[in-house]
This record gives sequence, structure tokens and C-alpha cells, in this order.
Amino acid sequence: MVGFDTLVVVCIVYVAFLFIIAFAAERHAQGGHAGWLRSPVIYTLSLSIYCTAWTFYGAVGYAARSGLEFLTIYLGPTIVFVGWWWFLRKMVRVGRMQRITSVADLISSRYGKSNLLAVIVTLLAVVGTTPYIALQLQSVTLSFDVFAAPAAEAWAPRDRTSTAFWVAVGLALFTVLFGTRSLDANEQHHGVVTAIAVEAVVKLVALLAVGVFVVWGVAGGPGAVLDRIDESAIAQWQGTGGRWVPLIFLSGAAVICLPRMFQVTVVENSDERHLATASWAFPLYLLLMSLFVVPIAVIGLAVQPPDANPDLFVLTLPLAFERETLALLAFLGGFSSATSMVIVAAIALSTMVSNHIVMPLWLRMREGTATVSGDVRNVALTARRLSIGGVLALGYTYYSFTSGSEALAAIGLISFVGVTQALPALVGGLFWRGATRRGAAAGLIAGFALWLYTLFLPSFGGSWLLPATILADGPFSIHWLRPQALFGIGGDDPLIHAMGWSLGVNTALFVVVSLLSFPSPLERLQGAQFVNVFQHSTGPGGWIGGSAAAEDLLIMSQRLLGAPEAQALFQAAAHRQGKEGNLPDPTREFIDLLERELSGSVGAATAHAMVGQITGGVSVSVEDLLAVADETAQIMEYSAQLEAKSKELAETAAQLRTANAMLTQLSVQKDAFLSQISHELRTPMSSIRAFSEILRDTRGLSQEEFQRFSSIIHDESLRLTRLLDDLLDLSVLENGQVTLHPEEGNLADLLDRAVSAVVPEPRDSRLKIRREPVLEDVPLYTDCDRLRQVFINLIGNALKYCDAAEPELRIKVRVNGTRVAVEFKDNGSGIPEGQQSLIFEKFARLSDHSAAGSAGLGLAICREIMRNLGGSISYMPGPGGARFRVSLPRRVAQAA
Amino acid sequence: MAEKESTDRRDADKVTGGRPQMGKHVLLIEDEPNIIEAIRFILERDGWRVSTHSDGADAVEAVGAHRPDVVILDVMLPNRSGFDILKELRGHDGTAALPVLMLTAKGQSRDRALAESVGASRFMTKPFSNQEVLASVRELTGG
Repeated sequence: MVGFDTLVVVCIVYVAFLFIIAFAAERHAQGGHAGWLRSPVIYTLSLSIYCTAWTFYGAVGYAARSGLEFLTIYLGPTIVFVGWWWFLRKMVRVGRMQRITSVADLISSRYGKSNLLAVIVTLLAVVGTTPYIALQLQSVTLSFDVFAAPAAEAWAPRDRTSTAFWVAVGLALFTVLFGTRSLDANEQHHGVVTAIAVEAVVKLVALLAVGVFVVWGVAGGPGAVLDRIDESAIAQWQGTGGRWVPLIFLSGAAVICLPRMFQVTVVENSDERHLATASWAFPLYLLLMSLFVVPIAVIGLAVQPPDANPDLFVLTLPLAFERETLALLAFLGGFSSATSMVIVAAIALSTMVSNHIVMPLWLRMREGTATVSGDVRNVALTARRLSIGGVLALGYTYYSFTSGSEALAAIGLISFVGVTQALPALVGGLFWRGATRRGAAAGLIAGFALWLYTLFLPSFGGSWLLPATILADGPFSIHWLRPQALFGIGGDDPLIHAMGWSLGVNTALFVVVSLLSFPSPLERLQGAQFVNVFQHSTGPGGWIGGSAAAEDLLIMSQRLLGAPEAQALFQAAAHRQGKEGNLPDPTREFIDLLERELSGSVGAATAHAMVGQITGGVSVSVEDLLAVADETAQIMEYSAQLEAKSKELAETAAQLRTANAMLTQLSVQKDAFLSQISHELRTPMSSIRAFSEILRDTRGLSQEEFQRFSSIIHDESLRLTRLLDDLLDLSVLENGQVTLHPEEGNLADLLDRAVSAVVPEPRDSRLKIRREPVLEDVPLYTDCDRLRQVFINLIGNALKYCDAAEPELRIKVRVNGTRVAVEFKDNGSGIPEGQQSLIFEKFARLSDHSAAGSAGLGLAICREIMRNLGGSISYMPGPGGARFRVSLPRRVAQAA
Repeated sequence: MAEKESTDRRDADKVTGGRPQMGKHVLLIEDEPNIIEAIRFILERDGWRVSTHSDGADAVEAVGAHRPDVVILDVMLPNRSGFDILKELRGHDGTAALPVLMLTAKGQSRDRALAESVGASRFMTKPFSNQEVLASVRELTGG
């Protein structure tokens, strides 16, 4: 017979064994040979903390009471791991990318690093997990009692409480030792995980051993067992079919939301690919764990006394057949189940409590001084150790209150419904960008409150927390507010009732409030990072480090990460930036990296707040930053528009400048022309006036003088008349009012007459004119007088302006189909390039001081004449003197 | 108009019959042959010695060579503007105070302002009155 003392020794030896394993694993990992510690097998085995003492002992009891319904708690996780593998992969990816430390951290980080949400989820997790820890304490205590006092009547409540107390203390110590060795959760608890994997093996082996013993040792083979099952009540058990779907859903949701499951699935995950192995290996483990549940329950019911507790058949059956070693193995299996769950749950909860409640409070108390005084690293570790103690103390307190009030399975389900309240915010956050912080908070608070009211408080069974009268009649005797029958709906099954109400209202509020509210910029940013995690590879938006002093950041990081780690991180960053020395520039990338590193230690929200204190911003400044970014984008858009506008304006301005230059030039020409006209009119008038005054006032003029002065007056009058004729001529030509007089003629004849009009005595003239008479014989039908006027003008210009020492003018004629071209080319210096475009403008004179007697109208008149004759006159640029080409149809078109 | 002409005639009678400017020297810088002939006739009848020059380019040298008592200067000359010539004359010690009567055929007020600014002693617009020219040159030479 195994005594109580023997059990204690066995327990201590077992724990020491675990301690050694954990210690060895830690050393191994620190030595850099993490190798097999990070294998998918260890990962899968660590997931088995889903199977707690509730599964180990309680499943048999569940089967004995409710038949095959116990399978639901295995089916849920199986469906999630097999069918929702992609969901878990996304959660793990997000967790690794954002350096997530817990469920609370994930939800907080997703909804704009909101600490409010983190606090709600933390409270939910603590309250939801406390009964579960109590459950483990209870199972260990019960199993002790089985050995210590086989007779149920001899149970002494005081002993049981003290057993639970010492178990709680022992677990707290173990957890503190291995759970808080390092601060960064992402350094991962290799020791703890390895110890848990070993425990997973122990509990599986123990349960299988008991099962094998029962099937082959007691019942006499599988066939006999199947017969017994057919005869037993379990086979007839119909259950309530309506419970299956909700229970499968509940256990599936719980495997995602349970803090300890999140810890091993996401936080302790070292390689995303391990999930692929776990997706089939973990369901296989669950299958093995459930393989012998029904046989043990059936045989237990058959051979044990009717008042025996079916939850303890795993222990009591071997004992009944005096297989004490097997019983001891079964005891260790149960002990393993309980301890592994408590250790991981305590680590997960303490991380949440210290990161989201203790550290923010501490930071707020010491606001502004976090950077210069106090060792944050020690504070964080102390907070975490105290939290572990607090969590176990809570569990123990709950156990003391409810000891023996419910069957194990019921407590487990209460806990499941509690932690499942995080599901809508979690799933919505990963898949729905429209999910907002307000929606998540509304859903969580409502679900949490409803769970407390309809399930958690009633579980105390009418204690002072929720008096029995309220349970029966509702608060203030308001009947429809009865905790287990809200609005009178679903009253017969409290669990399904509570689950329906809390999760239903939670989800509805989450969706509706999310739709009605608008996410903050940081939320939108994080939402995109989470929902599109597979497209994003960069971290979340963070600080602009311009004002952050790298030294201050280093001091703070040393406190959180430890001096060597922080210095190594900073050195590596400085090296990447290509800088000498140990301090990198506080660039945005570096600060983002640092924030991620720190969030592994203290959670995203706290890390954000701490970096914010140093970089000179508070968390609001991220929103400011985004607002600034928005404004910048707008300004850039405006400036792009402005640029386009200014380009447009520049083009318009260039056009206007060109037009203005043209107008200015024309205006200058017009002024010059008016001056010229004035000059041309006043000069002959001066002579006329002067000589007429002389004739009038002078007595005794000779006859010759009289003759001469009179003829000067006469000549100058003619000159005036000519000038006026030219002006009028130009005006008429320009207005198109000219009447042409076409007649038959010959080009040679026209040229002859033009030349003799300009140079009446060719031999005396200094200008030599060279012609090609043979080619000039071209019959024309045009206004010959007008055409001659043009020729006279061009020949006259050559005479006046050709500046060669021996001026020479060549006249060439070319017939081209129905047209004829006449070219006048002299050997002077020609017309400067810049002025070639101006010479045909009226009023144009190339200089104020060109030869007198011309008003600058000649070429303008020529152009108008040629236009009227259906031809053109142009200046041919090029070297070697002025060259004008006159082109016209050989037969002018009759005016219509 | 008729009244003014009669006044002119009276003045002309008085002047012609008054004190002829014996021996005084006038240089006429002008390019229009008929105007040169008219002014030369008027002034020589009044007893002036008249020299003429028709090119703007070397007008300043001509002034230096002739050393006249008064200059009649046309604005619009071939090769160089009368304004430029006057400006240069005013810059030389010997001709800084030389009386200059400017003639212009461009009847614009801008030209008058320009003439005053470069130092013209008197400014007259074509067509001019013979008597005014006479009176001006007499006045300018202190007659």
C-alpha cells in the first residue's frame, strides 16, 4: 500500500526529475544547440497541455455520466487543427511578426495598441482561468486522497485544503524558476516546454497503460469489452443531441483562445512549419488519449461500488486490483496533466498581468522618469513573479470557495465559455479590416459581463456572491432577469444558455459597433498589418526618431533586455547603418525594430508607450504623424497640381512674351513710322514754307532766283503728293479694295520698263543690272502696272541700299508650270538675319538713318500687290547679298 | 493765323531793316539740300557767314574746324543723330557753351524734352518760320 508520505516523495522526485530536464534543456538551448528542442515533435507534445487533469481523470467521469458526449472536447480541437490549419498559421505569423506575447497583447496590438482592450482580455483570462487552476488543484488533491485514505468517509477537509495549498506553492516556485528566467517571451521557455513535452509523454503512457490493463487484464480482451459496452448504460445514452454542436464549437474556440494554448501554439512556436506536423500529430495524440476512456468508464461502472467517483476510475481501478505501480503511474499521469497546465497557464497569465496591468500602472506612476531612474528589467521580472504567485493564489482561493461543488467537467466548460469571449475580437481582427477598437471593447465587455452573470457566479451555487434567491427569482424578483434563464429563453441547460447569450451578444455588438464606429489611423494601419499579414513583411508604423537620443534608448533597452543583449542589438544596428561606434542613428527602421524587440519583453502597448516617452512623442503622436502624412500627401498633390499649373502658366507666359515682343516691336515700328511720316511730310513742307516766305518777303529777287525758288516749291509739292499717294495706295491694298486691271503682257517688256524707270541712263548708273533676256520671254495675263510697280521698288532698293563697291543686280526668271518666279539678287551685304522677318511689315525701316526719301512703305506695298495678284514676294536667306523672289501665276484668276 | 502772319511780317520788316549781323559765323548741319539753300539764303541776306555740313558722322570735327558763333543742327542726319552730336559737343571744353539751335522734322514733345536734356540752346520744329530762325540765331549770339 502506497502511503501519503510515499506519494509526497514520489511527487518530489518527479518534480526534481522535471527540474533537471528543464534545466538541461535551458543549458542546451543557451549553448546554441536548440536543434531537437525546436523540433515539431516537442511542439506537438507541448500542445498536449490541452489535455489537463480534467481530460486525464474527468473524461472517464464524463463518459460515465454523459456517454459519448466527452468526445466533443476532443473533436473541437481536432477540427481546428485539421480544418482551420490556415487560421492557426495566420495567427502564428501575426504573433511572430508583431512579437505578440499573449492573447491580450494580440487583441490590443490589432486594435491600435489599445491598453484598454488588453486590460479587458487580461481580466477575462484571469477570471476564466482561475476555476481551471482550481480544477487542477482539486484533481491533484483528490488523487492524493485516493491513496492516503481509500475510504471516502475518512476525508478530512482541512487536509485536502492544505494539500492543495502546498501543491499551489510548489507549482508557483517551479513556474517562477523556469517561467521568469528571461524577460523576452520570444527567447522562449525551452526548459518549461521540454518539461511539458516529457509530462505529455508520461500522461499518455499512463493512460494507455491503465487502458491496456483494463481491457486485457480486467475485462479479458477487446471482444469482451465491446460486449460490456453494448450492455452498459453508455451504449443506451442518447444525450441531448442539441449539445453536441455547441460543445464542439466551444472546445474548438477554446483551443484558440485559452491563454495557455495561445502560449504554446503562438508564443512558444519557433517555426511556422511545425504547425503542419501538429495539424495531424496533435489530433492523433487526442485520439490516443480518448481511446480507452469508454472501456475504463464501462469497466469502472461495472466493478466499482455505485457511490464511487467515476472521475477517479483511472486511479481506483488499478488500486482495486492491487496494481500499485500502475496506480502510481496513473497518479503521475494525472499529476503531470495538472502541473503542466498550471505552469503554462501561470506563465501566460502572469505575462498578461504584468505587461498590461502592472507595468502600465508603474509607468504611469513614474511618468517621465522611466528613462533616467529605476531598473525596468527588474520591475518587469518582479511584476511577472508576483503575478504568478497571484494567479496561483487566486486559483487556490477559488478552490477553497467551491471545493467539491461541481463535477470536474463542469468547471472546465465554465472556463471555456469565459475565455471564448475573446474569439469574436480575435477572429474579426485577423480577417476583417473593418473591425474597430470600440466594437471589440463593446463585444468583450458585454460577453464578459453576461458570462459572469449567467454562468460564472451561479457556479458558486448560491454563495454570497450570487444569492440563491437571485438564481431562482432573478434580481429584485424580476423574473426575466434570472441568471440562468434570461428573458425566459433556454432555461433547461445553463451552459448552452450562457454560451448562447454571452457569445451571441458579444458577436452582435462587436459587428454592429465596428460598423458604426470609425477606426483610428493606427488601428487601420495595424488592421492592415494583421489581415494582410502574408502580404506585409515590414513591421507596424511607429516613431520618427528625429528627436530620440540613441543613448537614452540604449539606457532604457538595457533595463528591459539586459545590458549585453541591448548593446549587441544597438551595435548590430549601427553596423547595418554603416556607422562607426555603438550607437546607431535613431532612424524609423531602427526604432521600429527596437519597439518590436521591447514588445517581446513588455508587450506592444507598453513598449510603444516607453519608446514614445523617449522619442518625445506619446502614443497620440503616431496619429499626429499619420495626420501629418495625410497632409503631406495632400500638399504633394497640391504641389503637383501647382507644378502642372505653373508649367501651363509658363507656357502661356512664353506665348505672351512672344506676342508682347511682337507687339512692342510693332509699336516701336509704328512710332518710328509716325516719326518717319512726320519727317517725310515736314521736310518738303519746310522747303515750301521757307521759299514761299522768301518769295513773299524778299524784295529785289532776280528772275533766276524767282524761277529756282518757285520750281523748288513745285517739286516739293509733288514729293508730298507722292508720299500721300503711297499711303493711300497701301491702305487700299491692305483693305482689299483695290481694283485690278488685268491685261496681256510680256515679262521682258515689264522688266525693261521697270529698269528704265529706275535707271534712265544705264551707262551713267553706278548700279549694273544683269539680265537673261531669252528666259524673260514669258507671256502674262495680269495687272501689268502693279507688277511693274513691284519690280521698280525692288530695283530701286538695290540702287539705294546695295553697299558693294561696284553694285550689281542680277535678275533671273524661272517658269514653273503655270507659275513664274523672278529673282532679284544684289552683291551687297544683304539684310541681317534678325530683321528679315520685319522687312515686309509696313512702317518697317531698318534704321532711322537709311537713305532719305523713303518712308519704308515700298516692300509693304509690294507684298500687298503680290497678294492681290495671287502671288507672293519673299526674302531668300543665305550668303551673298539681298535676294528677293517674286512668284506669281502666269494668268491671274479673274475676280469672282 | 492771319494775325500771326501779319505780326511775323511786321517783325520781318523791322529785322530786315534793323541791325544786320555783320561777320558773324553760323554752321548749318543739315542733309536736305532745299532746306540748306533756304536757310543759307535767309542768313546771308542778314549778313551772316554761312558754312554747311551734311553728314552726322564727322559733324563734331566740322564744328571744330569751322569754329562758328552759332550752330543750327538737324536731328535726323545720315549716320549719326543730332542728339548724339550735341551730347559730344557739350562734353568738349571748347564747345560746351556754344549756342546750338536744334531743328527737327519729328514734331513730338519727346524730342523737345530730349533736346533740352542734352543741352540744346533753342529747339525749333520744321516747318519753321524764316523770321524765327533769324531771331533765334541773333538772340543766341547776343545780338
